[in-house]
Amino acid sequence: MISLPDEAELAIRAEGERAYPDECCGALLGGFDGESGKIVKAILPIGNSSETAERFHRFTIGPGDFMRAEREAKARNMDLIGFYHSHPDHPAEPSDYDLEHALPFYSYVIVAVEQGAASGLTSWEMSADRARFLRESQNQGQNLEAPPRTPQGDQSP
Amino acid sequence: MPVTIQIPAALRAFANGQTEVSAEGATAGEVIAAFAEAYPDIGTHLYDETGALRSFINVYVGDANIKNLDGLDTPVKDGDSVMLVPAIAGGAPGSAWA
Repeated sequence: MISLPDEAELAIRAEGERAYPDECCGALLGGFDGESGKIVKAILPIGNSSETAERFHRFTIGPGDFMRAEREAKARNMDLIGFYHSHPDHPAEPSDYDLEHALPFYSYVIVAVEQGAASGLTSWEMSADRARFLRESQNQGQNLEAPPRTPQGDQSP
Repeated sequence: MPVTIQIPAALRAFANGQTEVSAEGATAGEVIAAFAEAYPDIGTHLYDETGALRSFINVYVGDANIKNLDGLDTPVKDGDSVMLVPAIAGGAPGSAWA
């Protein structure tokens, strides 16, 4: 289960609409609760580092941005608990490409953006054997903390 | 003194929850292979079906990405820190709305 506050969901939807027809991406910062699972406390928008011509169907958070997201989480006494991205003109379901590039443990939130308007939003976690994504149940959770800085796309090699 | 491997949070569950472990080897590739041998459940997340390191797994020796050095043949010495850093990637398979 993942607790995703309304404010976070709205922010992710807005990011998806802003990036359309390209994909948006970012990190989910928060913590864990034994009963509730992951709790999102902040989102961290990250520039899409994929090649410009590929951004309509690809997103990349490079190693430099990954490390910056981990540092940001640590500085705010949180954990890096997952990532979000948009699927322009495609349902909010993970693709084979998503699965090939995923890791267990993290939550992967996907928002569908249809003709520029955000629609479905889902959250997924990869099975430990890498065979499939498992859909996570969502609840609204608590309010977000103050929005973080918006870093540029990863420039690291 | 062996090399220290920093383990990303996503893979710690497969290494008994440890944030770092020690491993022996003369190159980055050797220490990662030793790590995967010591914790077999982690191997599937590091290596693909052909045995190659997955493309989204980045390896840093100190502050340097081995892609800018000699790749998995990058030499390591006692006391070095080897960090496994995933790049997160994905995306929709196409533009056709189902």
